[in-house]
Amino acid sequence: MLQKFAEHLTYTILTLEHGSRLADVIEFFIYDTIKIFLLLTIIIFAVSIIRSYFPPEKTKRILSHKKEFIGNILAALLGIVTPFCSCSAVPLFIGFMEAGVPLGVTFSFLISSPMVNEVAVVLLFGLFGWKVTAIYIGAGLFVAIFGGFIIGKLKLEKWVEEYVYKIHSEHSYEIIKQTFKERLQYAKDNTIDILKRVWLFIIIAIGIGGFIHGYVPEDFLSYYAGKGNPLAVPVAVAIGVPLYANAAGVIPIVYALMEKGMSMGTVLAFMMAVTALSLPEMIILRKVLKVPLLGVFVGIMTVTIIAVGYLFNAIL
Amino acid sequence: MEIKVLGPGCPNCHKMEELTTKAVKELGIDAKVDKITDIKEIMKYTMSTPALVINGKLKHSGKPLPSLEKVKELIQQEKT
Repeated sequence: MLQKFAEHLTYTILTLEHGSRLADVIEFFIYDTIKIFLLLTIIIFAVSIIRSYFPPEKTKRILSHKKEFIGNILAALLGIVTPFCSCSAVPLFIGFMEAGVPLGVTFSFLISSPMVNEVAVVLLFGLFGWKVTAIYIGAGLFVAIFGGFIIGKLKLEKWVEEYVYKIHSEHSYEIIKQTFKERLQYAKDNTIDILKRVWLFIIIAIGIGGFIHGYVPEDFLSYYAGKGNPLAVPVAVAIGVPLYANAAGVIPIVYALMEKGMSMGTVLAFMMAVTALSLPEMIILRKVLKVPLLGVFVGIMTVTIIAVGYLFNAIL
Repeated sequence: MEIKVLGPGCPNCHKMEELTTKAVKELGIDAKVDKITDIKEIMKYTMSTPALVINGKLKHSGKPLPSLEKVKELIQQEKT
């Protein structure tokens, strides 16, 4: 139905010629924009309702004194559903440490939270389909569990800023009770808030994607970013790490690049590097972590993401 | 009345502060809005910022921010 609408708008209302490049680009743009915004609205709303049941205080309680590995798995899963503003990463980190959440488990949470977020998932689902989405979520969870587990095994507690261990609030925080009506209101506010933040990025990105889709020759990237080039994955990750765009702005462009021959593993590695490692997040985490630990964190993440990229290039 | 806005200083925390100041003004009540950025002080109440504390009681924490109406409502709950 949406496809029909996009066709109608392109050919009947804008009276563009069938098969022309411009018409192709416009149709791609209209169809994807409407589809993505519909999906975003529905899914963010649903996810927000689920999230209202998992405030960070509850997550902290669940993860407190959990054994490693099981704790890492739980933390990675809870990272998906626990809402938190990136600005509260510091109090959250301190709160977790204070409640006896192991360092590695805390990292699993901090890694999965930005990587598997609803905006990324919607865009992947809308553009790439459910299979790629499932692979992304699975790989993201793997990176979070594995990365956190390794950090835990390395026993790096000494590289956490000392003052973190000195804060003792001695009481468990109150969780503000919500009625179901308040949860709906929360979900509505959150949906509007996120849409307001990302709509422009998405439209621009879909526009660029549409342009690439229409004007860049097929197989343009096969030589550089296809399976045949072993350097493609590390280069994509190296570009993705310092690039701090939100997932909304990156995925439509990456989608178009994949059509032109960029291989799946490279695409996944690039997206993970963009979402999981960002400079602003590092600056915030520097307040609680000493530089060597921050370095180990970035190093482990980079290596794991590159490994995931090679793995998917090999099996897909 | 003593109102505290808790947050280490991100855009959301600034918005929360503006919202609270506006709510206080529109309600025409005599209250001081304090901005708390010290992490130890924040941790006394919550670990999800931005947060709103009125007369020592946690009234809101985390994202998304409440609406202006909601902030007014929260302030009035503690007014008596």
